[in-house]
Amino acid sequence: MALSGGVDRGSHSMDKSITLPPDEIFRNLENAKRFAIDIGGSLTKLAYYSTVQHKVAKVRSFDHSAKETDGDPLYEISVQEEITARLHFIKFENAYIETCLDFIKDHLVNTETKVIKATGGGAHKFKDLIEKKLKLKVDKEDEMTCLIKGCNFVLKNIPHEAFVYAKHADSEFRFQHTHPDIFPYLLINIGSGVSIVKVEAEDKFERIGGSSIGGGTFWGLGALLTKTKRFDELLQLASKGQHTNVDMLVKDIYGGAYGSLGLTGDLIASSFGKSATTDKEFSKEDMAKSLLHMISNDIGQLACLYAKLHNLTRVYFGGFFIRGHPVTMHTITYSINFFTKGEVQALFLRHEGYLGAIGAFLKGAEEDNPNQYSWGENYAGSSGLMSVSPELNPVQRARSGTFDMLEMDRLERQLVNLPLLQDPTSYIPDTVDLTEDVLAREYWLYCFEEALDGVVKRAIASQKDQPKAVERAEKFRQKYRHKLQTLRHQPFAYGSLTVRSLLDTREHCLNEFNFPDPYSKIKQKENDMALKYYLKVVKSVEELSWEQRQFTLVKGLLAGNVFDWGAKAVSDVLESDPEFGFEQAKQQLQDNSGIDIILGVFPFIRELLIRGTEVVLASNSGPALNDVTNSELQILTERIAAMDPVIHTALKEDRLALVQNGSSSPCLDLSRLDKVLATVVRERGTDLVIIEGMGRAIHTNYYAMLSCESLKLAVIKNSWLAERLGGKIFSVVFKYEVPSKAQG
Amino acid sequence: MDKAKSVMDQKGSGPCCTNGMHKPLRRQLSNGSCSPFSPTDDDHHHDPQTNGSPAKRCRLRRRMESVRKNRPPFPWFGMDIGGTLVKLVYFEPKDITAEEEQEEVENLKSIRWYLTSNTAYGKTGVRDVHLELRNLTICGRTGNLHFIRFPTAAMHKFIQMGRDKHFSSLHTTLCATGGGAYKFENDFRTMADLELLKLDELDCLIQGLLYIDSVGFNDHPECYFFENPSDTQNCIKKPCCLDNLFPMLLVNIGSGVSILAVYAKDDYKRVTGTSLGGGTFLGLCCLLTGCETFEEALEMASKGDSTNVDKLVKDIYGGDYQRFGLQGSAVASSFGHMMSKEKRESISKEDLARATLVTITNNIGSIARMCAVNEKIERVVFVGNFLRINTVSTKLLAYAMDFWSKGQLRALFLEHEGYFGAVGAFLELLKSSDDA
Repeated sequence: MALSGGVDRGSHSMDKSITLPPDEIFRNLENAKRFAIDIGGSLTKLAYYSTVQHKVAKVRSFDHSAKETDGDPLYEISVQEEITARLHFIKFENAYIETCLDFIKDHLVNTETKVIKATGGGAHKFKDLIEKKLKLKVDKEDEMTCLIKGCNFVLKNIPHEAFVYAKHADSEFRFQHTHPDIFPYLLINIGSGVSIVKVEAEDKFERIGGSSIGGGTFWGLGALLTKTKRFDELLQLASKGQHTNVDMLVKDIYGGAYGSLGLTGDLIASSFGKSATTDKEFSKEDMAKSLLHMISNDIGQLACLYAKLHNLTRVYFGGFFIRGHPVTMHTITYSINFFTKGEVQALFLRHEGYLGAIGAFLKGAEEDNPNQYSWGENYAGSSGLMSVSPELNPVQRARSGTFDMLEMDRLERQLVNLPLLQDPTSYIPDTVDLTEDVLAREYWLYCFEEALDGVVKRAIASQKDQPKAVERAEKFRQKYRHKLQTLRHQPFAYGSLTVRSLLDTREHCLNEFNFPDPYSKIKQKENDMALKYYLKVVKSVEELSWEQRQFTLVKGLLAGNVFDWGAKAVSDVLESDPEFGFEQAKQQLQDNSGIDIILGVFPFIRELLIRGTEVVLASNSGPALNDVTNSELQILTERIAAMDPVIHTALKEDRLALVQNGSSSPCLDLSRLDKVLATVVRERGTDLVIIEGMGRAIHTNYYAMLSCESLKLAVIKNSWLAERLGGKIFSVVFKYEVPSKAQG
Repeated sequence: MDKAKSVMDQKGSGPCCTNGMHKPLRRQLSNGSCSPFSPTDDDHHHDPQTNGSPAKRCRLRRRMESVRKNRPPFPWFGMDIGGTLVKLVYFEPKDITAEEEQEEVENLKSIRWYLTSNTAYGKTGVRDVHLELRNLTICGRTGNLHFIRFPTAAMHKFIQMGRDKHFSSLHTTLCATGGGAYKFENDFRTMADLELLKLDELDCLIQGLLYIDSVGFNDHPECYFFENPSDTQNCIKKPCCLDNLFPMLLVNIGSGVSILAVYAKDDYKRVTGTSLGGGTFLGLCCLLTGCETFEEALEMASKGDSTNVDKLVKDIYGGDYQRFGLQGSAVASSFGHMMSKEKRESISKEDLARATLVTITNNIGSIARMCAVNEKIERVVFVGNFLRINTVSTKLLAYAMDFWSKGQLRALFLEHEGYFGAVGAFLELLKSSDDA
């Protein structure tokens, strides 16, 4: 299936065969529309909008009024086809353009598409070729406008888009959790020249300055000095050089530091100051290094002057000079630190190379209004960030020569901050950053790999009668295992690596191969069974004294939480012993659907309702492991209400509200919640937040500070984590917090 | 006024060895009574403590003697040892009496003769005759101030010459500033038995500049600017007087660049600096064109066309980039055309030299302008030897300041470009003996 097109463009010719099957690169072309292309000096970025048809598990309530027998399940599960919007972004070397255009032409079915939006310096050069091949009219868009639009888009939709680069730290990439409120910021785009743009709102930006000393200067001057043609090679030379052989340092003039001004001896006093002589030869490496320092320092200095003048602290760097090159990210970071004394941090973007294409696409898709939706990175379809550092492992180098993909799914709901976050700007959902914590990373990667067989088994079991389930499950296994391997080498590939991102990646991969809800049947079975015990549990609780009752309710809440298929220790027990029981779990004490929600959560909220508390029950919008989904919960609540007048009345009086949280993850990012939930929370004046379960209260939000009372509870169902937290497996976290008055 | 020091002065050990010379110049100036700006002031000074005890009377007698000779012994030098060039100012007394001439030691005479009868020294030393300040009266003496420069690379030769001419026997104070004052201090001591009085280069720069501006350039103003800087046809150099000096942004372009905000003669701060300076221009030019000297590099630059090397806005956008109000003729990427192999192969050395000059100059202009805006200063004064015989850069800076600030900022230049540090050091010599 490998395409081979010996396209010879310009001075160098290489083997231009595409190493991946192109249908795995240009995916979903059949439904593609709204093309955009950004052609830079060496890389082309293609963007298109497409729809993906995939299976979703739907639950539907039976009509129970007719007859009710014990054997009937509570609700039926059906797998339906659903169409969702997906954005595809593909990056490849300019040399592949013709081959790629041919492939697209052959597979493009949608004839409504008439126009392709184009941006970037090369758009002009390839205009005729594109028009000829694709029969689409090339419509040029302003480069800077596209860049800013793209930048806004990724910052808003990808929480770990921005990172700080630290060459010598344990993890080179330190991701910043960006929040929906991204303005104002400064974008320093280092292409052949430098543009400094102040962005104040979605459509409000201004080029406040720039410099002609940029990537083109490094490349052009570097090529003259070293007779090295390629930009990458120049950077490689630079990474091996000693600039002190070429630059005049403060100590070369002073013999030491210039103490009274606080200028250390190693500072560069005059770039290339030592090369003003004909008696000496200078090595290519040293000159390249000196040039790199000169240009990086100069840009850093200007950036700081502009940041200071406009009082901005968020400064993002982009452009081909930066584009994932550790060498330039390091020198720019160094320069910014020097000139601002640490007051401003240099920030870089994971999808920096895509900004122009994303922006051009957005310009063309304005009538679909993509900005009114929230989008999420699809980990299954995206290549992730890779380091192109020459000194890093060769696997990454090889990959950089091929294709890079980014896919974004349109989320059904708009996501916003939980209004009760004490400080939204400093909120970080994840408890442990596995990018930084090496031990934890190794453990969890191992853990997820170990659990993979079980997940595959479960996926097949959930679709026994479906076609090619085994084959698809096997593909899922390969894909997810590959992702885990990638993350082992490049933990930073998808932003901060966390237990949450590992879980989410698994969900994305399962969805990719049409396993939308492998646990639907188990959940169904559990729910059915639990429902039978509901009244019995409620009754036994009612008989207890107040104090005993509270204690039992909390124990019940935690006991239910034990049945979590995400935890390997538990799933091992459950797989081997299907006759599990609630009493057994409770004794072991050692959020999910079934037992957890019906026998744990409902008795608990019932008690709250009886004492007059209004309850908003928030649950996942989409399936994740055996966590109850909002649609399941709707049915369950109806059924419980039919049995229990307390719940019935509460629903009728709107004292119990069921709201979805916008998430399809076993974890919870409180900065990306369904807007409706946020509105309900605000309108009802919520003054207590209870977060239950390991995923939502331990892996995430363990340290979350809320502006109201909060209760985080979970059973630690993982011995390694328990040990880390200073306890034993099946220990309990019950964390009640009251916000400090000062921040109140 | 420390009388003890003037005793030492009479013994001939010179004031240079006394302590406390490293305190910032600005403070010394505010205390000093005999300011070099008004050389006759010293007679006004009267110490109220001089009546009284025999000890005090004795001190008065010695004081009276020193007042007569309240100036350092000749020769009077000021030296600024930079990264690339050493700048030397030398005061040649023209009012030497016959009696004095007779007393003048042979050594001193030969130095005076050597410096004033030549305009070039060795292979690389040069006296900038056109900058000579004539009939200057300093500390009661009238004479000419000479401006001499030689490469810092020849410093050791210079020190050897000092040893060979028994400079140390003259018991003069060698006031030196610039980084080399620190770097070569030990060499002066061990090779030529000379002690340097080390002075801060920025202090010296400012005091030297203010002094030269105050005495003027042989009855002409020291300062100039360009009229119609945005119009290459009608851009004319115009002398001007710096009436309201402060605040000023002082941009000193030597090997590297220092940018100072000066609020008063003794109140300034270093705002920032850049390593892209004169040294970068020459260093890159040598590598790119094989030239050897600044003069050669400038000569080539004057004949070149940078637009063959630089990518302009119009090269990218076909014209102006209207969305951002960028003119088509603005440089978008310095050396941007050199990314192309074909263009690299066809480019001339002159074009490369010109592009290097334009790149460095524009960058300095850009940083200076940002600093001026950040510091809210409208007057930007450019000095330093990078600007010597460099009208391409001075005009470009004048244009850049005017254009990018929409006429808000004015670029000013001074005739003695790179010598202010040396002048500042020279003034310190006179002051140090006066203080003593």
